[in-house]
Amino acid sequence: MNNAFAVAGIVIKEMYRRKDFYVLFILTALITLAMGSFKLFNDDRIVRYLKEICLLLIWISSLVIAITTAARQLPAEKELRTIFPLLAKPITRGQLILGKFLGCWLACGMALLLFYVFFGIISGAREHQFPVFNYLQALWLHWILLAVVVALVLFGSVVLSAVSVNVTISFIVVVGILFVGRHLNKVALQLTEPAQSIVYSIYFAIPHLEFYDVRDLIIHDLPAIPWKIVILAGGYGACYTGLFLFATWLIFRRKALN
Amino acid sequence: MNAILETKNLRVEYRSREAEQGIKLAVDDLNLSVCAGEVFGFLGPNGAGKTTTMNVLLGFVNASSGSASIFGVDVRQPIARQRIGYLPELTYYYKFLNAEEILRFYARIFKIPRSQREARIDAVLKLVELEHARKRLIKTYSKGMQQRVGLAQALINDPDLLILDEPTSGLDPIGRMKVREIIQRLKNEGKTVFFSSHELGEVETVCDRVAILSQGQLKVEGRVDDLVQQYQCNLEQIFLKLIGHPVS
Repeated sequence: MNNAFAVAGIVIKEMYRRKDFYVLFILTALITLAMGSFKLFNDDRIVRYLKEICLLLIWISSLVIAITTAARQLPAEKELRTIFPLLAKPITRGQLILGKFLGCWLACGMALLLFYVFFGIISGAREHQFPVFNYLQALWLHWILLAVVVALVLFGSVVLSAVSVNVTISFIVVVGILFVGRHLNKVALQLTEPAQSIVYSIYFAIPHLEFYDVRDLIIHDLPAIPWKIVILAGGYGACYTGLFLFATWLIFRRKALN
Repeated sequence: MNAILETKNLRVEYRSREAEQGIKLAVDDLNLSVCAGEVFGFLGPNGAGKTTTMNVLLGFVNASSGSASIFGVDVRQPIARQRIGYLPELTYYYKFLNAEEILRFYARIFKIPRSQREARIDAVLKLVELEHARKRLIKTYSKGMQQRVGLAQALINDPDLLILDEPTSGLDPIGRMKVREIIQRLKNEGKTVFFSSHELGEVETVCDRVAILSQGQLKVEGRVDDLVQQYQCNLEQIFLKLIGHPVS
């Protein structure tokens, strides 16, 4: 694990020395602050709309950070040839993949924490209440989702040839699952064989990322989710993350690097 | 003396990008052995198979057949790389890090204890004369400085075997001299150096033994003095003769 953590440390350093994250954060902060400063029609529900938009911006930003960061990791190592001095050291390819995953995931976690703290301060200042458990659950589930996304994108980076292709396909897959994943079984019911079996197979095979979208919990101040379910969702995400990382390792371990 | 780097009937084939060429043979039945404490020059024209051989030794590419070992350990095992230092031909390091950070990262991978890490970093930075630039980001370094960071990272674990792929390529005369001095110093410390180069004069100066490779095949292997005596000419002429190039 020492090697994986060493690699993760480099990924995190890279992220905070690049400008992408700061641009996204400042953009989200500016939009939220600008909207927060308006008082439209003296409507109390305006805070809810504000929260909804701010959370949507956080979701978009976090996906952009996770996908773009993870997609460039292994291809950049090869393209810039930094992989050669690295793999000439006593580190396995499995440790490299694990390190890249941990680095991206932890970096996303830090970014997410910053976004949620900012969001909490803004919405708390308007509503004069801080539902801490709701925020913690939303943050945790969002972070688990990013683990699955990062692992999926790392898998894409060893299968697809170009970073841009991987980023585009990953965005389509993730957004597709978030929007239509939960409806696939209903779609399958209306189809005939063999399309029905194919759609059902996809429904059961894909990671249901929509489970982790609990924005309504914060927007509508709903009661906190039972912790048992939160833990189960964590386990479900961990299984998919492990599966994608294992598949990445299977392909990457035999790849010639010349 | 014990061979610490050995290849036996090493063969590397790869599928050529041009469909009509089919399978291409990069290394053909290569038998090499490098003994402890010697400086071994690995020579050959471009495309001779030198870098491919090094890639096999470092575990980047798998051999099609035959075997390669370092310190008696199969090169496919990561532990085989615990006591080696490697300097690639083109030095590219994480440009968002400074020299100190990059060395700390590699030291951590070698599991150098925290108590010794900083002292080791100081020592290698002093050796490659980069102490003054240790806090500067690598992206601000000149080519020569980047090559010296490369050497520093190759030496961070105080390796017993150094594998250097054209260490002086692209350097100015002063840079070359400095690299040569470092190789000489390592030789005096009893380290084994296995390096490829096109600078035959340099090879003649620092190497104990050389191997000349052409089209994947080993043409000759032996002590520089013996070869010069045997062929009655200098290393450059021997090289040209063996690769089939007309000697003027």
